[in-house]
Amino acid sequence: MNDLLVANSVSKNFGDFKALNKVSIAVPKGSIFGLLGPNGAGKTTLIRIVNQITMPDEGTVLLDGKTLKPEHIRDIGYLPEERGLYKSMKVGEQCLYLAQLKGLSKSEAKTRLKYWFDKLEIGDWWNKKIQELSKGQAQKIQFVVTVLHQPKLLIFDEPFSGFDPINANLIKDEILQLRDEGATVIFSTHRMESVEELCDHIALIHKSNKILDGKLNDIKRQYKTNTFEVALESPNKERVLSEIQNTFEVLPATFKNLNNDIKLNVKIGENTSPNDLLSFLTSKAEVHHFVEVIPSANDIFIQTVKNN
Amino acid sequence: MNHLPLIIKREYLTKVKNKSFIIMTFLSPLIMIALIAVVAYLSQLNNDKQRTISILDETGYLSDIFQNTENTTYTKLNGLDLDDAIALVKEKEDYGLLHIAKVDALDAVSNNVKFYSEESPSLSIMSGLERKIEKRLQEIKLQKDGVTLTQIEASKTNVDIAQESFEGEKSSKIDNVVKLAFGGIAGYLLFMFIIIYGNMIMRSVIEEKTSRIIEVIISSVKPIQLMMGKIIGTSLAGVTQFAIWVILGGVLMMVVSSIFGIDLSQASTPQQELMNQAMEAEGAQAMAENLITAISNLPLANLVVAFMFFFIGGYLLYSSLYAAIGAAVDNETDTQQFMLPILMPLILAVYVGVFTVIEDPHGTVSTVFSFIPFTSPVVMLMRIPFGVPLWQQGLSLVLLIGTFILAVWFAAKIYRVGILMYGKKPTYKELFKWLKY
Repeated sequence: MNDLLVANSVSKNFGDFKALNKVSIAVPKGSIFGLLGPNGAGKTTLIRIVNQITMPDEGTVLLDGKTLKPEHIRDIGYLPEERGLYKSMKVGEQCLYLAQLKGLSKSEAKTRLKYWFDKLEIGDWWNKKIQELSKGQAQKIQFVVTVLHQPKLLIFDEPFSGFDPINANLIKDEILQLRDEGATVIFSTHRMESVEELCDHIALIHKSNKILDGKLNDIKRQYKTNTFEVALESPNKERVLSEIQNTFEVLPATFKNLNNDIKLNVKIGENTSPNDLLSFLTSKAEVHHFVEVIPSANDIFIQTVKNN
Repeated sequence: MNHLPLIIKREYLTKVKNKSFIIMTFLSPLIMIALIAVVAYLSQLNNDKQRTISILDETGYLSDIFQNTENTTYTKLNGLDLDDAIALVKEKEDYGLLHIAKVDALDAVSNNVKFYSEESPSLSIMSGLERKIEKRLQEIKLQKDGVTLTQIEASKTNVDIAQESFEGEKSSKIDNVVKLAFGGIAGYLLFMFIIIYGNMIMRSVIEEKTSRIIEVIISSVKPIQLMMGKIIGTSLAGVTQFAIWVILGGVLMMVVSSIFGIDLSQASTPQQELMNQAMEAEGAQAMAENLITAISNLPLANLVVAFMFFFIGGYLLYSSLYAAIGAAVDNETDTQQFMLPILMPLILAVYVGVFTVIEDPHGTVSTVFSFIPFTSPVVMLMRIPFGVPLWQQGLSLVLLIGTFILAVWFAAKIYRVGILMYGKKPTYKELFKWLKY
């Protein structure tokens, strides 16, 4: 059993509207799984089904090989996109309450809260009311509450919104550390650079259907176009350029570089190896820049969504 | 995992620790008592006002019936004509002038009495004067027919019908007053309780929505648990507040009336008037005894048990609907359109209770409304002091509980979907759709 969470062709309708259409995903243990998709694609519905907030019309969800049951609530930590706290309640009381709802005993919750409050250096907030904190500060509390009961599965929906870059980094490091300690993370966001940074696996949901999933690197390999960024310097610019154009497919450059004479994106055929291209180039001019174009998560996202 | 006690505890503590709740708890009885004291004081002031009424009696046989009382002095004017008398009364700034014109026929006297005054006179003074004149004219007429004053006195009778049920239970008019009071208080208490604390539940649901904590909570507990926890927690806070009100109100009432010597019961209510009438008829001594028998005649055990069941049942029924409304909307201003269908049966219940139960506690209207679940708690509570067969109470309670379960199911559905819906205000049609999600 290598997958912590498995959803088998899960469907959900709201009246006439189909929010999810036979979506299956498998989240490997110890991975950070990016759940991506445009607005209104059905991500939140899927996450809510995993959290047993809504029940699927069809399909099953397994956590650690077992069908989801109410007891599993304590194995899951969920930070929803629409989040907040009781404004007029004190930070400490509120954390204790939420932790107890997740099944921790009061004393256990206190010990763990102390650990986290010290770690994030927010100990002096204990007796403050939430309304006295800034949005980012409240988010930190929310993060602590989400991870406090040490769930096997952590679900973060846009965890970085509302944080300044320093705190966003702090939270990112905490997420990575939790992963290293054995937690599995489902991560839903529109910020592709954090997908790039964090995710091992992704699934892309579009218009209620899953249209793509797998290891991020595998997907990138699938989507790469055998294109290379090339920057050259040569006294005979025009001649070199036409020779390259005669041999390979040349596209306009998409990168920035310091004053090189020739900047190109070169696409090679299936049977050509990068070495062939490189040796061809070195024989014609001085190579300053030679990099394979790897599709970014952003490119993949846009391309896939547009094609569907 | 059962989180209900935890949720109840939180809801209770947040309510009870809330500043405005604390202020309301302690301020309301103060304000109420202050208001009652002011009203009592003012009405006392009104009663204490000295007034002089001048009498110009041209017939000569009516003036001696006007005896001075504590607050009213009668001045008899003799030998003046009407214009002079009016001028004089104006000058003296008297309350008014009662003019009884000279007529020969005795029958015509009653049509020739007039009262002149600066402002329109008070109703009670007018009827007092009328009663006095009527009585005297009647006596004079009887005397003319040869009846002596002693005979008239002797002919006065006072009928007091003794009431007894077929089972031999004695009762008196005071019984009905006591029954009305018990039923009225119970019904009205429930009505107030539903409105105040139902609203509180609704607001606290809306608060969870607007602060967006709801999804965090819902990922830990079942919506129905959260809803029930909210209802029970808020109700307990309500019971606490009510208890403090009753105790504090009682103590304050005693303190105020002993310090200021104001008899707070002077602020008379219709019920008290009924009480007074009963008192007049029977005399204070008998009344005290009757009051005790009346209370002991009440089906007390039945009353207490029924009160508990109907109060809790009725309250839970309505508060689950309030919770559903709270879940369906985003902010309090949007609640209006959904409030009306809830308030209507409630207000109807109170009207039925006040008008028909008093008139005929076992009539068709009262009976029917004491079975309809939305009105039954209030109406039945008002009827029970008059003795309602147990099978009727039982049937009504079964209907109430059935409806309550249905309402909770309905509310939980709305709640479950509604708490995660933001944005536009839902229509009834959409609410209906939510039931099928």
